[in-house]
Amino acid sequence: MKVQVRYFASLREALGTQETVEVDSGTTLGALRDRLIARGGDHARCLARGRAVRSALNQTIADDSAPLHDGAEVAFFPPVTGG
Amino acid sequence: MVRSAVTIQQADFDLSAEIAALREGDAQVGAVAGFVGTVRDRSDGASVSAMELEHYPGMTERAIESMITEACRRFDVRGVRVIHRVGALLPREQIVLVAVTSAHRHDAIQACEFLMDYLKTQAPFWKKESTADGARWVDARQADDAALARWGLKMDNAG
Repeated sequence: MKVQVRYFASLREALGTQETVEVDSGTTLGALRDRLIARGGDHARCLARGRAVRSALNQTIADDSAPLHDGAEVAFFPPVTGG
Repeated sequence: MVRSAVTIQQADFDLSAEIAALREGDAQVGAVAGFVGTVRDRSDGASVSAMELEHYPGMTERAIESMITEACRRFDVRGVRVIHRVGALLPREQIVLVAVTSAHRHDAIQACEFLMDYLKTQAPFWKKESTADGARWVDARQADDAALARWGLKMDNAG
């Protein structure tokens, strides 16, 4: 299945605005992040475990355990700093 | 029925006009609390010449609307107005408005503070400052997480 991955702020600058990623059915948000990390390079650096990276599924804050479905919109971004 | 509206915009806003609209025709309002956040010209010891605000269109509005729902559950409010600007901003410009009306003052004041504490750590906005040393993304503050935790909400942002 395909999911759309979006990046914001410092992650957007390093990784681009968005991309479509093919994943196995049943993949969780955390497993998707690990897969992106496994690419190495900027993805490994920006999404590294231990870095403060927040995530959302279908425009709602979500954690690693969230199951993905075909067509899901996933986003990775740094801690927010509005207000 | 609470009247509420959330707008994300590049344009500036007028606090008086927003409060007048929120109070319009509602004679049950006995209190109005408003907060306006503005751009400072110094941050972490550096001079800030400009700021760029990015957000996650769609999620931003959805997140703030759910915060308003939670504020209405906790406080007896009659109206809520939230405006957050995005794009390029200069020092002294307005960034954010939260205005709340209620019958009595405590609900308006507390709901306003609750919404700002919530928005600071859970709404998807990011600030980038321009300084003499170049542009830098603003770091999230753990003090803001602590401010939200006071309301019994443990939702870490700064990490």
